[in-house]
Amino acid sequence: MDIDALTGCLASSACLVTQTTSGFIIGMLLFLVAVGLTLIFGVLKVVNFSHGAFYMFGAYFAMTAYQLTGSFALAMLCGAAGTAILGLIFERGFMSRVYGADVLMQVLVCYAFVLIFDDVVRMIWGPEFKSMGMPVAFQVAPLFIAGGVVPPYYLLLISVALAAAAVLGLGLARTRIGKVIRAAAHNPGMVSALGINTGLIYGGVFALGGMLAGLAGALAAPVRSLTPGMGFSVLIESFIVTVIGGMGSILGALIGALLIGMIRSFGSLGFPLFTEGLMYLFMVIVLVSRPTGLFGKEVA
Amino acid sequence: MTELQADQGAQALEVAHVQAKTRRNRDVLIALAVFVILALLPMLFSSKFLLDFVIRCAAYGLFATSLNLLVGYTGLTSFGHGMFFGLGAYGFGLMMQKTGVSVPVAFVATLAITFVTALIIGAICVRLKEIYFAFVTLAFQMLIHSTILSWVSLTGGDQGLRGGIPRPPFWGIDLSNHLHLYVTSCALLVIGLFLMHQIAQSPFGYTLRMIRDNATRASFIGIDVWRAKLTIFVLAALFASTGGVIMALFVSGAYPEFAYWTISGEGIFINMLGGVTTFLGPMVGTVLLLILNDTVTRLTEYHGLVLGIVILFFAIGLRKGLMDFVVEWYAQRRDGRGK
Repeated sequence: MDIDALTGCLASSACLVTQTTSGFIIGMLLFLVAVGLTLIFGVLKVVNFSHGAFYMFGAYFAMTAYQLTGSFALAMLCGAAGTAILGLIFERGFMSRVYGADVLMQVLVCYAFVLIFDDVVRMIWGPEFKSMGMPVAFQVAPLFIAGGVVPPYYLLLISVALAAAAVLGLGLARTRIGKVIRAAAHNPGMVSALGINTGLIYGGVFALGGMLAGLAGALAAPVRSLTPGMGFSVLIESFIVTVIGGMGSILGALIGALLIGMIRSFGSLGFPLFTEGLMYLFMVIVLVSRPTGLFGKEVA
Repeated sequence: MTELQADQGAQALEVAHVQAKTRRNRDVLIALAVFVILALLPMLFSSKFLLDFVIRCAAYGLFATSLNLLVGYTGLTSFGHGMFFGLGAYGFGLMMQKTGVSVPVAFVATLAITFVTALIIGAICVRLKEIYFAFVTLAFQMLIHSTILSWVSLTGGDQGLRGGIPRPPFWGIDLSNHLHLYVTSCALLVIGLFLMHQIAQSPFGYTLRMIRDNATRASFIGIDVWRAKLTIFVLAALFASTGGVIMALFVSGAYPEFAYWTISGEGIFINMLGGVTTFLGPMVGTVLLLILNDTVTRLTEYHGLVLGIVILFFAIGLRKGLMDFVVEWYAQRRDGRGK
C-alpha cells in the first residue's frame, strides 16, 4: 500500500491529467469489449465467455494487416471486419445449437472455444509476445495538458470509442434495425411470428459484438503487447464492467468501464499489488447494494 | 419415492424411516468396501504413478462433488467454489509451516476457518440469483486470489508457499510416507463422499432439489430458502477445503493457481463431463478429466485445442454429462424391454 503516492498524485495537476487519461483509455477499450458482451447478453440471453478471444483476434488481425500493408486504417478495418465474420461463424455454427439448453452447456461451449482459440493463435502467430508498434502517423511529440503527458494516439482511441458508443446508442434507439433488435431481445417469438428472421438478427448481433471487441483489440494493438491468452484478463474485466453497469445496459457498460478504468489507473498508484483486488472489491460492493448492477433492470 | 409418501400418515413415515436406515447401513458397507479396495490397490500395482493419480482424484473429486451439491442439487451455479479449495490448501499449509501444531489440529482449524469464511461470503452471495450469484462468487474468488498475491509476507505472493509443509507423524500415521499419504487421502475421499451422499439423500437434500426446481413454491410452504442455500454453501465449502488440504499435502505446498478462477472453471467442466444428475457423476468426470489431461499433455503441446474439441463433443454432441447419458440410455433400454 502506498497512500502517499496516491495523495501526492491527487495534489499534482500533471499527475492527475496523466492518470485520468490512462484511466480513460483503459475504460474506453473495456467499454468496447463490454458493450458487445452486454448486447449479446441482452438480445441472445447468452453469457459469451469467449468474448475475450475476439479482442485477441482483433489485435492479431490488425498487427498482421499493418505488417503486410503498412496502413493503419486498413489494420483497424481488418481487426473489426475479421472478428465480425468470426463472430457470425461462431454463432451460426456452434452457439445457436445450445440456445435453450442449460446455461452451463453454453458456458462450456464458450470455454471450449477459449481453449481452442488460444491454441489456434499460438499455432499461427507463435507463443511469444508480439508487438505491432506505434503507427508512423502517431509517432509525434505528445501533447502537454496542464503539465500532464497525453500521447495523440490516446486521443484518437478515446474518440473512436466514444464515436462507436454514440453510433451504437443512437442506432439501437432510433433506427428500424435497432427497434427490431430490441424487439427480438424482448420477445423473440413475436418477432419471428411477424416474419422477421430471428436467426439473422442473432447472428448479426453476435457479429456486431465480435466486431466491437475486435475493434478494441485492434485499437489496443499499438499500445499493448500481444500474446495468446491476452483476451482473458480483458474478458474478466469486461465482465466486471457489465455486471457493475447491469447486464444488457449500454449506458451501464459505459459508466462501469470508466469507473473500472479510473480504479485501475489510480489504484495502481496507491495499491500497486492490490489493483485487481480493488476492482473485485468494488464489484462486490455494487452487487451487494444493487444486485442487478447500477443500471440493470430486474430480469424475470 | 418414500419422500412423497411422507404425508400419507404415520405408518408411511415409519416405513420411510426404516428404509432410510437400511439404506444408510448399505451405504456404510459400500463405503467400507470401496475404501478396502482402494487401500489394497498398492499391493496389486506397485506403480507410484497410480497412487499419485488416486491422490489427485481424491483432491479434485471431493472438490467437484461438493460443487455438484451446489450446481446439480441446489441450482446454485458458483463460479468461485475454487476459493475454498485454495483456502483449504493455504490454510492448512500456513498452519503447518507457522504454528507447529499437529496435523489433525491443523486440519480441524482449516475447516473452522473455511466455515467462518464461507458463512460470511455465502450470506452475501446466496441472496443473489443465477448469473449474478455466479459473478459475485467469481468476484470473491478473485478477491481472495488477489489477496494471496499481494500479501507476500504471509503467502509468498506468486511464488506460493514454498519450502515444503512439515508433516509430523500422528496416531502412527506418517504423511511424509507416500503410502500413508495415499491411504489417508483415500480415507478422506471415502468419508467425504459418504457424508455428501448422506446430505444429498436426507430430507434436507430433497429440500435443496425443491429449491432448485421452484424456489418460490419452496418458500410458500415455509422453507427458509436463504438459510437452506447458505447451509449447503457452507457445507460444500468444507468438502472443497478438504480437497485443498489433500492437494497441499500432495504437492507439499500451496500455489496461487489453487485459488485462481480456473480451478472453479475446471470444477464446472468436471461436473458437465461426468454429469450433474447422478451423485457419482462428478467423480467419473474427475477421473476422465485427469486421464484426459495427462494423456493429451504427453501427446501434444496444443492440449487446449484437443481438450476444447472434447468439450465440444460433450456440449454439442451429447448435450449432457457422461453419467447422465449412460443413466438415460439405460432407462430407455429398460423401458423398451418392459413394453
